[in-house]
Amino acid sequence: MRDFLRLLARNQLALAGLIVLSAVVLLALVTPLLPLQAPNVTNTGDRFLPPFTEGHLLGTDHLGRDLFSRLMYGTRLSLAVGFAAAVIAAVLGAAIGILAGYYGGRTDNVIMRGVDMLMAFPYILLALAIVAALGPGLLNALVAVAAVNIPFFARNIRGITVGIAHKEFVDAARLSGMGDMRIMLGEVLPNVIPVIVIAMSTTVGWMILETAGLSFLGLGSQPPVADLGSMLGEARSALITNPHTSVVPGVMILIIVMAINLLGDGIRDALDPRLRSGALTRPMAATTVRRDGPVPEAREGALLDIRELQTQFHVKKRVYRAVGGVDLEVKPGECLGLIGESGSGKSVTALSVMGLVASPPGVITGGRVDYKGTDLIGARYEQLRTLRGREIAYIFQDPLATLHPLYKVGDQLIEAMTAHGRAPKEGARQKAIELLKSVRIPNAEKRIDSYPHEMSGGMRQRAGIAMALANDPEVIIADEPTTALDVTVQAQILSLLDDLRRSRGLAIIFITHDFGVVAQLCDRVAVMYAGRIVEEGPTAEVLATPAHPYTKRLIACVPELGEGRRKLAAIPGLPPPVDDLPPGCAFAPRCAKATPACTEPPIELMPFAGTRAVRCIHPENDAAAREAAE
Amino acid sequence: MTLALRLTELEKTFPLKGGLFGGPRGHVHAVNPTSLEVRQGETLGIVGESGCGKSTLARMLVGLLPPTSGAIEIEGEPLSRADPAAFGRKIQYVFQDPISSLNPRKTIRQIMEAPLKHLHKMGAEQRAARISEIFAAVNLREEFLERYPHEFSGGQAQRIGIARALAAQARILILDEPVSALDVSVQAQVLNLLADLKTEFGLTYLFISHDLAVVEAVSDRVAVLYFGSVVELGPAERIFARPHHPYTKLLADSAPVVGRPLTAPEAKGTELPNPIDPPSGCAFHARCPRASEKCRQVTPELFDMGDGTQAACYHPVNTE
Amino acid sequence: MGSYILKRLLSAIPVLLGISVIVFLIMAMIPGDPATAILGSYATPENVARINRDLGLDQPLVARYFIWLGNMLTGDFGRSFSLNRPVLDEVLDRFGATMILAGTAFVLCSILGVAAGVVSAARQYGFADKAITFVVLIGISIPSFFLGMMMILIFAVNLRWFPVSGMWPIYGGRTLWSLLDHLIMPALALAVVATGVIARLARSAMLEVLRQDYIRTARAKGVHERSVIWRHALRAAMVSIIPVLGIQAGFVLSGAVYIEIVFQWPGVGRMLVDAILTRDILLVQGGVVFVAACYVLFNIAVDVAQSLLDPRIKT
Repeated sequence: MRDFLRLLARNQLALAGLIVLSAVVLLALVTPLLPLQAPNVTNTGDRFLPPFTEGHLLGTDHLGRDLFSRLMYGTRLSLAVGFAAAVIAAVLGAAIGILAGYYGGRTDNVIMRGVDMLMAFPYILLALAIVAALGPGLLNALVAVAAVNIPFFARNIRGITVGIAHKEFVDAARLSGMGDMRIMLGEVLPNVIPVIVIAMSTTVGWMILETAGLSFLGLGSQPPVADLGSMLGEARSALITNPHTSVVPGVMILIIVMAINLLGDGIRDALDPRLRSGALTRPMAATTVRRDGPVPEAREGALLDIRELQTQFHVKKRVYRAVGGVDLEVKPGECLGLIGESGSGKSVTALSVMGLVASPPGVITGGRVDYKGTDLIGARYEQLRTLRGREIAYIFQDPLATLHPLYKVGDQLIEAMTAHGRAPKEGARQKAIELLKSVRIPNAEKRIDSYPHEMSGGMRQRAGIAMALANDPEVIIADEPTTALDVTVQAQILSLLDDLRRSRGLAIIFITHDFGVVAQLCDRVAVMYAGRIVEEGPTAEVLATPAHPYTKRLIACVPELGEGRRKLAAIPGLPPPVDDLPPGCAFAPRCAKATPACTEPPIELMPFAGTRAVRCIHPENDAAAREAAE
Repeated sequence: MTLALRLTELEKTFPLKGGLFGGPRGHVHAVNPTSLEVRQGETLGIVGESGCGKSTLARMLVGLLPPTSGAIEIEGEPLSRADPAAFGRKIQYVFQDPISSLNPRKTIRQIMEAPLKHLHKMGAEQRAARISEIFAAVNLREEFLERYPHEFSGGQAQRIGIARALAAQARILILDEPVSALDVSVQAQVLNLLADLKTEFGLTYLFISHDLAVVEAVSDRVAVLYFGSVVELGPAERIFARPHHPYTKLLADSAPVVGRPLTAPEAKGTELPNPIDPPSGCAFHARCPRASEKCRQVTPELFDMGDGTQAACYHPVNTE
Repeated sequence: MGSYILKRLLSAIPVLLGISVIVFLIMAMIPGDPATAILGSYATPENVARINRDLGLDQPLVARYFIWLGNMLTGDFGRSFSLNRPVLDEVLDRFGATMILAGTAFVLCSILGVAAGVVSAARQYGFADKAITFVVLIGISIPSFFLGMMMILIFAVNLRWFPVSGMWPIYGGRTLWSLLDHLIMPALALAVVATGVIARLARSAMLEVLRQDYIRTARAKGVHERSVIWRHALRAAMVSIIPVLGIQAGFVLSGAVYIEIVFQWPGVGRMLVDAILTRDILLVQGGVVFVAACYVLFNIAVDVAQSLLDPRIKT
């Protein structure tokens, strides 16, 4: 709650709305106590006095009534009716929505069919019909507006409830012996309330407009009592001769509704968990680059050379150092494995290469990514774009989410080629079919016209690989391409990738958390922990004699098939949060070999046993490795 | 030898929606009639790939899904479907996604109290004492009780999920992929905790996972599920080392292992069968290198393989 | 495709029946009897009984519903006592005018709203975004009838750019130009609110889509940013925008009631309000059912458009 108010207060527009609305509501509340003229007493002698006349601040209307007084009483009425309608609609609509969403099945069907019927009317027809039946009058207008809005709430809340009713914590509550009623009130409702509040705050303004509208038509409040709508309605005939009688109530409605809408947006932003974490910002075409330090030089002999790369996420005042100075190089035709647990920064490293880290909040704050002499970090967008997919291509994790759901697989393949002007118009389709064949998709001539949702997970990932191959790139960056797949499908995809890289001489950076996969596919492996490479070297050597204590213990944690029933090794504790890294070695707090020297920065990546490197001052297997190297 | 759990011909079909007049278009067999027995104190591992029916089976066992037919017996007594609390006191569930199994708007204490209050009608003092006991058993600090779920890491949240299951005092726990959302270093912590709790409280586990190595490491026996049926059932130390069913062999060969070269263990027919229009005979025949005419026509039952393993196959591998 | 349209049309039948039941029940709630209202001072007991028999009002509720429904299906919506002509004729006369007004406004708000939303999302937090957000905020906060009145005051009375009201000039020919001249102000006033709602929704739908993994894939392929926004993102965003266009069509139709009154536009909305004030129940009943039925058909068209756009919807 405190969080919510703080977020709301930080939003200046919402705060302005809140202040204006509070002022109007306060004035409306104390109106009867103010020394105002009687709002409904006519005085035809003083008809249509202009504003700022002595004794009539806003002038008078066609019956000589004081406009300021009428405005205050009218505001009071409009606010009361609008809020009452919103509360009634929200409570009834939410109750209906929760019942339908929670029970599902037939209950849901019957209720929602009814709601659909009501929503099949343009809303005002229903409101007009209700008013026609009940007769004109403010209370009847209120009933009509509330009734017309119930279906909107019901449908909205039902959707949310369906999502919540299928959450695992609802199952857990059921297993804890809770009945339906208890679950609805105790488990579902607390999760729905924010949505109800959001829906209400964004529709109160609308309901005030609607009631004002019915009054404007003469179907709401009846003379001599007037709300803002009927004031406007009465003033309409004198619009041209005495516009001030129209402008006064009209502007008041505008002010009230605008204040409510500003506040409502603020409430929505403060309550929506996605917005709270700052997620609903659009990622830009390329990651923002803000390099303060000097740009390092590229090394010789590498095809793709990542030097001292630093990528951070700036969320509000916190800085998450996802990648804290990574050095990596890939030679032509080489397969490099990048392994680490979740949050270690391996994916961010990979995405930084082509500026694909979502930004905001991502910022590349240092280092160089050198591809054939070009610094990709400093490159202009247009240059980066022409290299994307043509020289360096990506394969992503979840092929259902990473292929566009509304375009045919073939069209997406062809687009990958046309984006670089690589495809002649007629030949493109033929080339796409060949690509699909090259990733062993059976029946490629037919599959090319499939949509992603019509394919199995394995087929989709094959299509994803075909897309990466479309322009014969030099480097492929594969970000956990088999994690979402079943083990039998994974084996096929891995062997496909292995064949392709050998036949086409591709360099691959393969990101994974699975040592088995690395062992089978990669020539070299780099291990990441808390945003840094802690160990690097030829795969077989690193796996056989891990030098960093983290690597060693992580390998020990992985159960391997064929070893039977046993107790597994574990690493106590958790990786440090990347917005609060310890000085020195990030693994020191969990490491059995840690000494005070381990907590003193900096600990560099040091050469180890010839072809390897390790970021540790007490490496494992030191002597053995040295022996092997000599 | 006492049985903790016995399933007799348990079956689940789902109607397919979308007929023109709202009626079902057909049925999907999520779980074919399955009989299984789990001994007291045993860990039965259940492995299978996505869509093989392992989660459906688990949800039926705890009463979250009503079975289409068949019976569930716990410690010799048939389970009444009318009383959800009866399920909760006897058998509990640990969910795959630890965070989403905890209501984000409740404190851990409120979450922990629910089973004590509703299943065991305990008073406030009794509940507090019991919660302290359980938290000590799962190595969680009591100060966590006043916090909300989003403040915990995956591993901690999964311990809370396990603690909740223990609070119900059920003797059987269904563990549905309890570690697949966790990193390996944390995964081992949770698996070891589960092993300790089992001895301490004399629990029986049904351990569901897609990770063969994990299942092998924690189970006494393993059942391999394919397309809604058990295709092989046997002791954990033998089932992947010497698989009899060709599907089990395929699974074991596909698991990436350090030191084994990359081979695509399967060349033909890689797609799973269509559940709406299931194949006749053995569901695996289209992918099986040993399939014969008989496999295409008659569904094999589980046959005894002689070494304590049963496999639903007419042409098993690794037999003498 | 054809079978999908057929299926949707069939599914509209219960909705249409439901609408007729709702309208019938609401109208049946009206206290007092229409006979007295029709006859006014001629309401002798014999005359009332005769009218009731003529109108079938002496029958039970269910029977009356089916008589009414049967009559409607044969095109007999009854007779308006205040205008003394068949309800259907009057409704059809008026409906054309409403369609011109609401249709123009709908096209305007769809195009402007979607375009504003896309630009706003693509330039999030930039100047264009802030300007659009501000204009949209005023748009959704201002009552359309007040906006219409202010437009008359400024553009018709003071600047004399457009005629004050009506659909056709009082003197002179009924040309397309004269119609446009009369149409521009009311159509704009009517479109403003819906434009705001659509722009807000389009903006948030675009922002949501732009965060999706497949947008990252498109960028990773080297697709030009223009194409990422207008092809990849907009197409996916349209899936959530189109249903809202359908709902907004209902709001435009609703707003037309106010605008028709403010601008003296001879449409169905004005007719309905007049009918309510004169208690011409048959006219209200017929008008509501007719417009609602048209709206249902329109929404089927929206669903069909949606299924063309999104292959995941089973056709």
